[in-house]
Amino acid sequence: MTACTTTTPDAAATPVPPTNWQGSEGASPVTLSERAADHIAKYIAKRGKGIGIRLGVRTSGCSGMAYKLEFADAPNAEDIEFLSHGVKVLVDPKSLPYLAGTELDYAREGLNEGFKFNNPNVKDACGCGESFNT
Amino acid sequence: MALLQIAEPGESAAPHEHRLAVGIDLGTTNSLVATVRSGMSVVLNDVQGRPLLPSVVTYAADGSVEVGYGAEAKQSIDPKNTIVSVKRFMGRGRHDIAHIETLPYDFLDAEGMVKLKTIAGIKSPVEVSAEILKTLRNRAEASLGGELTGAVITVPAYFDDAQRQATKDAARLAGLNVLRLLNEPTAAAIAYGLDNSAEGIYAVFDLGGGTFDISILRLSKGVFEVMATGGDSALGGDDFDHRIFCWIIEQSKLAPLSLQDARLLQMRAREAKEQLSQHGQVPITVKLGSGEYVDLTLTTEIFTDITRTLVQKTLVPTKKALRDAGLTVADVRGIVMVGGSTRMPQIQHAVAELFKQEPLNNLDPEKVVALGAAIQANLLAGNRAAGDDWLLLDVIPLSLGLETMGGLVEKVVPRNSTIPIARAQEFTTFKDGQTAMAIQVVQGERELVSDCRSLARFELRGIPPMVAGAARIRVTFQVDADGLLSVTAREQTSGREARVEVKPSYGLSDDEIAGMLKDSFSHASDDAFRRALKEAQVEAQRLIEATQSALHEDASLLSTLERAHIDGAIAKLQAVIMGDDRRAIDEAMRDLSAATNEFAARRMNQSVKRALAGRKIDQLSL
Repeated sequence: MTACTTTTPDAAATPVPPTNWQGSEGASPVTLSERAADHIAKYIAKRGKGIGIRLGVRTSGCSGMAYKLEFADAPNAEDIEFLSHGVKVLVDPKSLPYLAGTELDYAREGLNEGFKFNNPNVKDACGCGESFNT
Repeated sequence: MALLQIAEPGESAAPHEHRLAVGIDLGTTNSLVATVRSGMSVVLNDVQGRPLLPSVVTYAADGSVEVGYGAEAKQSIDPKNTIVSVKRFMGRGRHDIAHIETLPYDFLDAEGMVKLKTIAGIKSPVEVSAEILKTLRNRAEASLGGELTGAVITVPAYFDDAQRQATKDAARLAGLNVLRLLNEPTAAAIAYGLDNSAEGIYAVFDLGGGTFDISILRLSKGVFEVMATGGDSALGGDDFDHRIFCWIIEQSKLAPLSLQDARLLQMRAREAKEQLSQHGQVPITVKLGSGEYVDLTLTTEIFTDITRTLVQKTLVPTKKALRDAGLTVADVRGIVMVGGSTRMPQIQHAVAELFKQEPLNNLDPEKVVALGAAIQANLLAGNRAAGDDWLLLDVIPLSLGLETMGGLVEKVVPRNSTIPIARAQEFTTFKDGQTAMAIQVVQGERELVSDCRSLARFELRGIPPMVAGAARIRVTFQVDADGLLSVTAREQTSGREARVEVKPSYGLSDDEIAGMLKDSFSHASDDAFRRALKEAQVEAQRLIEATQSALHEDASLLSTLERAHIDGAIAKLQAVIMGDDRRAIDEAMRDLSAATNEFAARRMNQSVKRALAGRKIDQLSL
């Protein structure tokens, strides 16, 4: 396990994004690579339920923020929705500033495989990349 | 950058807190490792993309070890140092191993478990299995990018304590934290139960390389209840290979084979069997080291013919397990096929014919156990919410009971009862003023203690002195979810209590269990006769005790002549009591009763007189 230092960002300073965010306001949307979309669709089919995927960040982890990657069973009222390669992507408004422009990819590293956030907002991350700072 | 998996809503793990858990199917022929990735159970492949790891280990002179396909390739070159099907030796003594004379190893008969003499030193089956587990562990850690929190390892339902312990020891040696050992059929049911979520009765028919297991399960509301299990720990695909092997030798009239030739022919036999599942006939051509040639064609008809008895051997325990569960084939909603050997059309047909329906095959029969184990491992490692938990119910393989007077067994918990279970029964004292009771806990199906296995013995002391039959001693048998038995005896009036804890299956091999079951059937009428005789003997003894105690108290009520008459009857009964002529015992008992009739009447009158003496009629509550 990588040793990290903990810094918690000031949640109050989080900018509130526009409410009708559909990528049309000039800000970059959250997207999926085709490979990632294929895998997500397969997992949802196997799981038997779910409307899409939820991406988010939360203020835990050693470098301040950590990614959240979960199945979504129902949208929340304030969710911002993206559609990428036929897969619905839900992001809560508080997470969006940290994720705008992110592409979720599916990667294989040796025998290991899984999802990877290509996030242009990241300034630095802890050694393992599981948490990051913007 | 770490690679992430998709979590269930609200269950994203904190960074660095992913608990990596795997399910391992440690098979006789092949082993697999699986994990749950983004909610989906998947088998982890090796670098070449192969899911199976042949359960073969080769030891070299320099101490290096090779596991898997590389080791398998060395089978015919170095059979003595290439250990295949090591699972058959786990926790077993030399005499437990089938076809030991055809195996090319140098066995050392060690205490409890055989050991193998290899070029790299003496190896126990635990060490050999640990090499397989180590290889799977390395594969899993490379695939998951981190250290494993724990593993669920599957074992045949029939594995006894020694075999389960050996499996656990092997895991520890391989640096794995065993979250739980899971019965293979239950793992298969988990894999199917989750994916299909169909409720009802299922039969899990598991014919692997070296073991056959049949389990009758009930799936309802996400709970898997094992209703009955049965099987044969020495029956599997290897035996089908062996039949082909013997057929080749017979047909080609081969001279005694060298180790290399034997191994080569065994491999050819297996290949032929696997190809037959696809094709109607398979040519077998081999040039042996001895210079002899084998040139044969194995057809489906011949194969069906030479393996018919093996197929039958799978059906007998299957029918029996159904009977044990109190079910008929009509109650079974589906049959889950597990193990590569179930791909044989002969097996598919036989199972379909028996159950009058086609067996389920929607998961790969070779992977299904590992997939289920991975789901269970994921759950036990705490990667899912607690409310999602399954309750896994198991059964006890043989009845539990205790010894009663005359060496008879009183069964308290019948076999195939699901655990956890608690059963209580009341017993009483046999003699007047008896203050202690020895409780002998036994396991088995026979009627006499001497034919069952004694598990524990303890005494309940401090019973208040009472006349025979007045004390009420409640004996409770409790088997917890881990199969641990505790027996408590409690005298109801004084509250005196004694208890003992035992492990029911301790030291019983599956062959012993099977043998004990078979005995109970073949000796049924014999046992019934012996039971009746013992009961008569116990009753006679009780009658003598009661008479003597009465004579002691009220000797004054009898004339010398009457007394002599009764003493004579007692002596006559005592003379026949230990014999096996039940009629003589019954007769002598009748005579003694007749001789004491008048005496009993006088005693009755006397105690009534005593009770009524000096009392007015209205003082009596009648």
